[in-house]
Amino acid sequence: MITKNIMIVGVGGQGTLLTSRILGGMTLHAGYDVKLSEVHGMAQRGGSVVTYVRYGENVAEAIVEEGQADVIIAFEQLEALRYAHFLKKDGVMIINDVKIDPMPVVIGAAKYPENIIENLKKDHKIITVDAAKEAKKLGNNRVFNIIVLGIAAQHMDFSKEDWMEVIEKTVPPKTIEINKKAFEVGFNIK
Amino acid sequence: MANKQIMLGNAAIARGAYEAGVKVSAAYPGTPSTEISENIVKYDEIYAEWSPNEKVAMEVAIGASISGVRAMASMKHVGVNVASDPLYTVAYMGVNGGLVMVAADDPGLYSSQNEQDTRCVARAAQVPVIEPSDSQEAKDFTKFAFELSEKYDTPVILRTTTRLAHSQGLVELCDRQEIEDRPYERNAAKNVMMPGNAKMRHLVVEERNNKLIADGCDFPINKVEYNDTKIGIITSGIPYTYVKEALPNASVLKLGIVHPLPRKLIEEFASKVDTLYIVEELEPVIEEQVKSWGIKAIGKEIFTVQGEYSANMIRKAIGKEELDIAEPAKAPARPPILCPGCPHRSVYTVLKKLKIHAAGDIGCYTLGAVAPLSVVDTVICMGASISSLHGMEKAKGKDYIKNWVAVIGDSTFMHTGINSLVNMVYNQGTGTVMILDNSTTGMTGHQDHAATGKTLKGEVVPAISIPDLCRSLGIKNVVEVNAFDTEELTRVVKEEVAKDEISVIITKTPCVLLSKAPVTVQYEADPELCKHCGQCMQPGCPAITKNEDGSIKINDTLCNGCSLCAQLCKFGAIKKVEL
Repeated sequence: MITKNIMIVGVGGQGTLLTSRILGGMTLHAGYDVKLSEVHGMAQRGGSVVTYVRYGENVAEAIVEEGQADVIIAFEQLEALRYAHFLKKDGVMIINDVKIDPMPVVIGAAKYPENIIENLKKDHKIITVDAAKEAKKLGNNRVFNIIVLGIAAQHMDFSKEDWMEVIEKTVPPKTIEINKKAFEVGFNIK
Repeated sequence: MANKQIMLGNAAIARGAYEAGVKVSAAYPGTPSTEISENIVKYDEIYAEWSPNEKVAMEVAIGASISGVRAMASMKHVGVNVASDPLYTVAYMGVNGGLVMVAADDPGLYSSQNEQDTRCVARAAQVPVIEPSDSQEAKDFTKFAFELSEKYDTPVILRTTTRLAHSQGLVELCDRQEIEDRPYERNAAKNVMMPGNAKMRHLVVEERNNKLIADGCDFPINKVEYNDTKIGIITSGIPYTYVKEALPNASVLKLGIVHPLPRKLIEEFASKVDTLYIVEELEPVIEEQVKSWGIKAIGKEIFTVQGEYSANMIRKAIGKEELDIAEPAKAPARPPILCPGCPHRSVYTVLKKLKIHAAGDIGCYTLGAVAPLSVVDTVICMGASISSLHGMEKAKGKDYIKNWVAVIGDSTFMHTGINSLVNMVYNQGTGTVMILDNSTTGMTGHQDHAATGKTLKGEVVPAISIPDLCRSLGIKNVVEVNAFDTEELTRVVKEEVAKDEISVIITKTPCVLLSKAPVTVQYEADPELCKHCGQCMQPGCPAITKNEDGSIKINDTLCNGCSLCAQLCKFGAIKKVEL
């Protein structure tokens, strides 16, 4: 099998590490070789963060490089734009439809780019979701990332049952039910 | 796959230490090395501690080794500088129980003040260095490091980089190997490093080095992979994974030991390939030595000494491939920021209003250097805030620093700031030192220290009182104030800075991320009362943005209810909401 390349991008504190932990667990569960690369430390303080997940028969490097990503999960619009050139020509990007102003925008030193999603759609396969809204419907704002993961899972080759099993093993016991529901919501969004 | 786990590089090092029978581990937190100790703590068989700094951690490990057990000290690359004093000398002494220093370099400066290469330090200190390239090797090489240490009677450095430390990969677990303690016997010629003894030991070091150069050729941690011999590549660590990805058909010599270099092995490999490349991140450590032996090789002529490498970089530089890669989009940067509700933001807002410059230090509060706060003028290394302010005063006189303070966190103060404060007292400085005490080591992810009252193992211990400590030095002006009481803080700073005496202001307010409890208070803006003056936006809180009409709004998913914005609003437009 050719190595599959997944990226999770967002803003430090948005829960990228939990999402990648589930994804990593899933690939291991399926018997693949897997490598994940994360950002810890200073950038976690509200900075731009990226996690790479690569799985296949034999994975050498832990990072995904420009033009190689099969799937990019973007938790924020500007971060989707920043990493769009990592996408393969036939890759897909799932964008959580939310904008978080970076400090240069807040203080007026830069402008938040307009029409990000429309522009990205010109060259790439893009799926958008207002995951916060969907999460609120479930009564828990924090599970928005698992909803987005559910959508991304439609573009990977693991069964729903396997995903559920891995979620059960990965998230804190108290949050298993809500996370499984959130995944289900994402997995069913067309 | 049954006994395989997916593990962070740092967790794999911890596991390696466990399996190798390590009994003592000491460290000071520092990205990207912190998670080693955070994982070691899971193993009850290992005594593990946070030491106040890396020099102490190294000395604790040395002591344990002298007593006959396997011991480890872990730190980031700049921590190696702090620990270099004992390192250079224990290199002469050698070990009793195996002794390993884990040094985590940070090419690409993800979370550091410089990009130094530990291999350069190791060469100067004459200590062998081994370097793994994935999580499995991180575990295996850690175990090998202890064997090497005992066999060759030397401390060993296990070198990692951020990409290895913070990547996860599959690791096969083994059982712990219980190592019997080696007997301790007094041996002053080996363990008392005074000139006469050290002179003799230096000869031993040289012999050891020569033996390692020869024996290293047969170490199982090196790997020779002959494929097409037109291109031959010498590499190690993480760059090896990029080489394999970019040039799967090239011949590769993957070095497990990167100091001292296994010369014969390298010479043999070089003789069998047409063109030899050396792929190493940061300094040309392997390259310069190989070239000095008269071997033709290409290295930094086509590679940089800065940042991380990648497979694409190698495809372009060695493979001469034209890559069809889209240009990155123009997107505004998203630098790290202080969290909503961070007490440092309040302190910097006060200092900014008073037009005070800060000599800064290492921690989250370094972020006070960037807009819109822009209060911190200098950041050098751990503890330098206090001593560099003192230097300014001695150069220019006490009036020169009347609009300056030194700003340092509680953990950094306990690390090396304390020495600088002792110096300021001793040499009659008059500066004002602000200790931003947020009750934790924040930037690295909340580790305890001597002034928090808890150990790495989670034991509750008496917390060293920072105010009492300062008073015990004879400092008369020691003031404690809540970081979020901006009025009182303003008064205190003005008063203390004006004094012709040393002052310590301690803003004791816990890091907002320490409490896991849900927020009970938030603030909301009334667009009717808002005069669009922008005062509340001065501190750069990420929870506050503008509506299209210019009035402000507060994001209720971000607000932690610190009250700073409400204190700054002169029009009563920001109101408290009890949740």
